[in-house]
Amino acid sequence: MRSFQSMLNYFPEEVLEHVFDFLTSHRDRNAVSLVCKSWYTVERFSREKVFIGNCYAISPERLISRFPRVRSLTLKGKPHFADFNLVPHDWGGYVQPWIESMAKGGVNLEELRLKRMLVSDESLELLANFFPNFKSLVLVSCEGFTTDGLAAIASNCRFLRELDLQEIEVEDRRGQWLSCFPDSCTSLVSLNFACLKGEVNLASLERLVARCRNLRSLRVNHAVPIDALQRILMQAPQLVDLGTGSFGQDPDSDSYNKLETAMQQCTSITSLSGFLEVVTARCLPAVYPICRHLTSLNLSYAAGIYSDELVKLIRHCNKLERLLVLDTIGDKGLGVVASTCKELQELRVFPSDIHGGNAAVTEEGLVAISAGCPKLNSILYFCQQMTNAALIMVAKNCPNFIRFRLATLNPTIPDAVTMQPLDEGFGAIVKSCKGLKRLSVSGLLTDQLFLYIGIYAEQLEMLSIAFAGDSDKGMFYVLNGCKKLKKLEIRDSPFGDVALLEDMGKYETMRSLWMSSCEVTLGACKTLAQKMPRLNVEIINDSDQMEASDDDKQRVEKMYLYRTLVGPRKDAPDFVWTL
Amino acid sequence: MSPENTKELLESETSGGLKTELTLGLPGDSQVQKSGIKRGFTDVVHLNDAIAESQPHSKAQVVGWPPVRTYRKNLMKNGKYVKVAVDGAPYLRKVNLEIYSSYQDLLTAMGDMFTCLTICNVLNERKLMDSANGEEYVPTYEDKDGDWMLVGDVPWKMFVESCKRLRLMKSSEAIGLGSAAPSTPSKGSSISC
Repeated sequence: MRSFQSMLNYFPEEVLEHVFDFLTSHRDRNAVSLVCKSWYTVERFSREKVFIGNCYAISPERLISRFPRVRSLTLKGKPHFADFNLVPHDWGGYVQPWIESMAKGGVNLEELRLKRMLVSDESLELLANFFPNFKSLVLVSCEGFTTDGLAAIASNCRFLRELDLQEIEVEDRRGQWLSCFPDSCTSLVSLNFACLKGEVNLASLERLVARCRNLRSLRVNHAVPIDALQRILMQAPQLVDLGTGSFGQDPDSDSYNKLETAMQQCTSITSLSGFLEVVTARCLPAVYPICRHLTSLNLSYAAGIYSDELVKLIRHCNKLERLLVLDTIGDKGLGVVASTCKELQELRVFPSDIHGGNAAVTEEGLVAISAGCPKLNSILYFCQQMTNAALIMVAKNCPNFIRFRLATLNPTIPDAVTMQPLDEGFGAIVKSCKGLKRLSVSGLLTDQLFLYIGIYAEQLEMLSIAFAGDSDKGMFYVLNGCKKLKKLEIRDSPFGDVALLEDMGKYETMRSLWMSSCEVTLGACKTLAQKMPRLNVEIINDSDQMEASDDDKQRVEKMYLYRTLVGPRKDAPDFVWTL
Repeated sequence: MSPENTKELLESETSGGLKTELTLGLPGDSQVQKSGIKRGFTDVVHLNDAIAESQPHSKAQVVGWPPVRTYRKNLMKNGKYVKVAVDGAPYLRKVNLEIYSSYQDLLTAMGDMFTCLTICNVLNERKLMDSANGEEYVPTYEDKDGDWMLVGDVPWKMFVESCKRLRLMKSSEAIGLGSAAPSTPSKGSSISC
């Protein structure tokens, strides 16, 4: 009897290709390409979506040569801690070389998704002019461009479906970029410019919405007032996702009543965000008509809404699956969420006051949520204090966590009741949540917690550590135990050379390692770089703390290492040393 | 990681340290110094205190903590939280003065927060009234100098800058409270109702 393998070899390529079409996850496709040469070949010619988690792991030329038919590219640039000001702006992560190569290589690019990358107006112009079928641009936490770049996209991308800008500081050039969408543009499905600080031409926006009959998602910025929002909603009752912009207004005005009426027409809205400048909760009832359909609600920019009013709104939202709020909601408010939102899967509670003076959520709120929402699988929780008992209870109530991120406002605070480290609490989480993929810990923590993580967190892919641990053993437990670890980021913890060098091969199985304000020395980094040619070991010397002298004993303030197939990068600025 | 490996690690520790352990001692020095020094939060705070000294009201801050994205942090930068007390109510609330742009906004917010109170503008005096018991409350604040003043007499921005906390005082008790009249902001001037 012929072996199964040889039977498969007789399949014409078209059949294989058709089968591979059903594989959407890039991990599945990566696995398939490793089976044999013919599968590798069929897969690479048929792959349309490519995900590159670190833009320096590979070069654009190699991407295009392996996947010539790529249509959708996702790229990530700066390390995650760049979000918290730990990485200088010009560290790197430029998209320009990628766009240039794809233009030269005749790639039929339709979709580009970037995170933490540097994007210039020139890049956007190139994108707009060289890819006639370009449809979708999603930028998250990127920087480096102005509204001129947006104008180029709006003017030239004839089939643009999606323009989505998230948490970006865009320099406003007052060029009326929104008015650059030509009258012939009717293809928009998703438009998100909520983070833009500048003005937009309201008449252009209203006309744009009116002619894009397929528009499903619209998130406007603070410059769109209530009366304009109301007119827009009347034109687009088919919306599924709405970002309300400022939503600040005089609640007694006529606009408010008109808005409520317009909302009643929007029976398809399931996702709501915005509320960027709400100063009084009296305008909130305008959205009550759509609350019962909402599955996603983001109130985390609404600094002016306090607990009682938040709760009144949330009581109407019993289908919520995703909720983002500020800690002004309080433990009591979270109790109401727990009893109302039985479908809740993801919760994020952000701090309202950086200094923590106003922090109103504690371990009680978290326990209440875990008890009331059995489907909870993802949490980001900034809190004033925490206890082991609470975490143990949470672990028992919710064994399905995939992402668990806790940030105590004081990063080394112990258990609020017992004054013990929070090892046992977090230990319970990793022990109970067998599917945990992402974990961020905080509070007073010893090596014991990392021992637990190494033993129990079998599916863990990303771990964030700050101000924790006692010795190199802590880091060793994690590197040795977590077989699926992809990203490890550590700051202000006493891990040093011994842990770093214990298992150097491990880093080739991971995407990256970040260590800042730890005990790692220059000598150890050099050793690692020398022994592992397929790693880039970069030292970031942005505050001139280190001298180029060969004092190998000096401590390294910031080290970022990542696996790569293309050697040291050529665009590193002066303050980044690749060893 | 299996428990057996852990044991192995711990055993080698007791038998004289891991082979690759670096030390800071001189060659031949038998004392093995621990290379890990716990970087406590307090250490970092002391480093930052020097910077913080120039900002009298700020607590010492660690770069990048709490881990909030820059975009969100910039929105939070404008935060001046003051306590709001209501005579007779057993709890305090906090309000962020920086998000309001006028006294009217602030009063509306206080009406929202203490939902039993409604604003009544009587003879241009800004007051809040509890419809349940008919009590009238006058918003007052403690200023930088520690004096209790009536809310509403100074330009809004000046008020935000000098206000340390707010108190909704029962009208009956507010007699004799200072108001920011141009000459002397002294206690003892009467209020016309």
